[in-house]
Amino acid sequence: MATLIKERRVVHERAPSPDARVIRLEPGDDPASVAAELGSVARIEVSFPKFGDGRGFSIARLLRGRYGYQGELRAVGHITRDHLYFMERVGFDAFELREGEDAAEALAAFSTFSVPYQRA
Amino acid sequence: MYVYDQIDQRLVDQRVAQFRDQTQRFMAGKLSEEEFRALRLRNGLYIQRYAPMLRIAIPYGLLSSRQLRKLAQIARKYDRAYGHFSTRQNLQLNWPRLEQVPEILAELAGVQMHAIQTSGNCIRNITTDHFAGVAPDEIVDSFVWCEIIRQWSTFHPEFSYLPRKFKIAVNGAERDRTATFVHDIGLHALRNEAGEVGFRVIVGGGLGRTPLVGHVIREFLPWPHLLTYLDAILRVYNRYGRRDNIHKARIKILLKERGADRFREEVEAEWAHVKDGAGTLNDDDVRRIEARFVRPQHEKLQPVEPIGGPGFAAWAKRNVHGHKVPGYAAVTLSLKKTGVPPGDVTSDQMEAIADLAERYSFGELRVSHEQNLILADMRQADLPALWREARELGLATPNIGLLTNIIACPGGDFCALANAKSIPVAQAIQERFDDLDYLHDIGELDLNISGCMNACGHHHVGHIGILGVDKNGEEWYQVEIGGNQGKTRAGRTPTGEASPGAALGKVIGPSFARADVPAVIEKLIACYLERRDSEAERFVDVVHRIGIEPFKESVYGNAHQRAASRSRARALA
Repeated sequence: MATLIKERRVVHERAPSPDARVIRLEPGDDPASVAAELGSVARIEVSFPKFGDGRGFSIARLLRGRYGYQGELRAVGHITRDHLYFMERVGFDAFELREGEDAAEALAAFSTFSVPYQRA
Repeated sequence: MYVYDQIDQRLVDQRVAQFRDQTQRFMAGKLSEEEFRALRLRNGLYIQRYAPMLRIAIPYGLLSSRQLRKLAQIARKYDRAYGHFSTRQNLQLNWPRLEQVPEILAELAGVQMHAIQTSGNCIRNITTDHFAGVAPDEIVDSFVWCEIIRQWSTFHPEFSYLPRKFKIAVNGAERDRTATFVHDIGLHALRNEAGEVGFRVIVGGGLGRTPLVGHVIREFLPWPHLLTYLDAILRVYNRYGRRDNIHKARIKILLKERGADRFREEVEAEWAHVKDGAGTLNDDDVRRIEARFVRPQHEKLQPVEPIGGPGFAAWAKRNVHGHKVPGYAAVTLSLKKTGVPPGDVTSDQMEAIADLAERYSFGELRVSHEQNLILADMRQADLPALWREARELGLATPNIGLLTNIIACPGGDFCALANAKSIPVAQAIQERFDDLDYLHDIGELDLNISGCMNACGHHHVGHIGILGVDKNGEEWYQVEIGGNQGKTRAGRTPTGEASPGAALGKVIGPSFARADVPAVIEKLIACYLERRDSEAERFVDVVHRIGIEPFKESVYGNAHQRAASRSRARALA
């Protein structure tokens, strides 16, 4: 099972309880389509099928900023430590790393840059 | 010159550490080829035909003597003691070693330089007018706005994995010297009736294999909204730009497929959400950036008409440009001497140029997108002395704006993508047109050469454009005429209208072998000289007035002759 980082800690997740509602968004999905359900989900997973497909970054920004989602927002797919700094900045708080990525080492990536240029 | 504060410095230092780690992980097998590729590219590192190529950012083309000296040292220590200035105002090294690149980046960080986002599918170096801050027709100093956009785009968390590369140009003067209509986004500063500054926003232009002229999607964007509006454009592009086909992934294709009107509506709808948000700029933001620029302190001078003999006069006519401060001038040091690949400079020359800039022009230089260097703040009285020194260094070729000021990509001599060589073609043309009087008589002419359809040599917007093509493994060259990079010069058509704005060239016909190219150019020029109304009518003006058919005839013969030659070819086959 792939390693998971949640709120900047390596965690080992048990199989999710069957009643927990999880929404999964693919890169082409419109976050507006799930806006009405955001209050009642256990988490939202945003898929990154390829290393370089950045659509999920905009999805996260919209979920957090425009639709006010406050629950767990998890990035899943082809994710290495090289994505973590940006992903956290757009609102992800959980990350399922790709096979073979060392989660403990990856934690350092959250402090790749100590200050951002962007205010938004 | 923009001077880093602690934050700027910390970020480039941290970038070096990040890339050092990524390089080590790649060499240890922890990052795949494909993963590392995406990461090294955004640090300017390509794997090229013979060796890696490193593209060093020169933000908006502005460079200090100290930085140029460092570039000279780096080229000497890690490369073959020369560099290549590119059409995007950057510097490329052609022979560095992969494992040494983190060291090179660390050295660059020591002089407030980097290679951040000089390649990869992210927002690239912001380009601008090489006469920013000194142009007599200035509306705003575009450097300040470029820096504001540079900071916004550097490590932008949402827009670092775009469908494709993204190029933004800012023009702060009346005339467009930055080709705003052939960029992903072109921003042209203007003032409204109340005198407030804003930007005309042009989206979806570009060269490459699908050359397109951009669309104005907003006539006037008040400056406080600049970044939120860019956010809106980029978000629409990031979400909807095509990712299924690399050749259809630029924003120009999104605009083309959706139509400019629908695209504009989407951007405006997105902007309605982010407008007036945290990214909105205020006076303090602009002042804070302005204050980080160290400006030349001009003296109060009387304008002078320097005298220096006939050689000097020819040079001054072509390579000396107007300045908004009396008694000063801007000078182009030509990197287009015959026999030298366009844009190439040796380490020795870089050091000598750094000295010239220090002695004559406040220790600052600019790189132009025509691949020359500019000393922007010369005292007019110093021009003859500068000319003598520049001539000694081989940097005083009086050809700015003329046919031999050729823009060329590195081409098949270096680049893995190229179909054909560019540099030998440029040299052969320069050799053919070595008579200076003849060159001046031909007048203003942009000749651009690309070694493949990626169009790094901007052949589509050359008055004459040459494109290297591959025919069964052989190098051939297609010729276009009538392209124009924008309202760059005050040319007039015979009826007194302003010369056309950005235009893309038209192919004149079947391609040529390399050896035939100079003769073809000669025929085109002869046709032009025969048909121009006066010396004021430039080559490109004549093409736009009479169309390409007469030029075609001059090269291939008339339609009847062409048909006869085709049937002869068929009979022989």
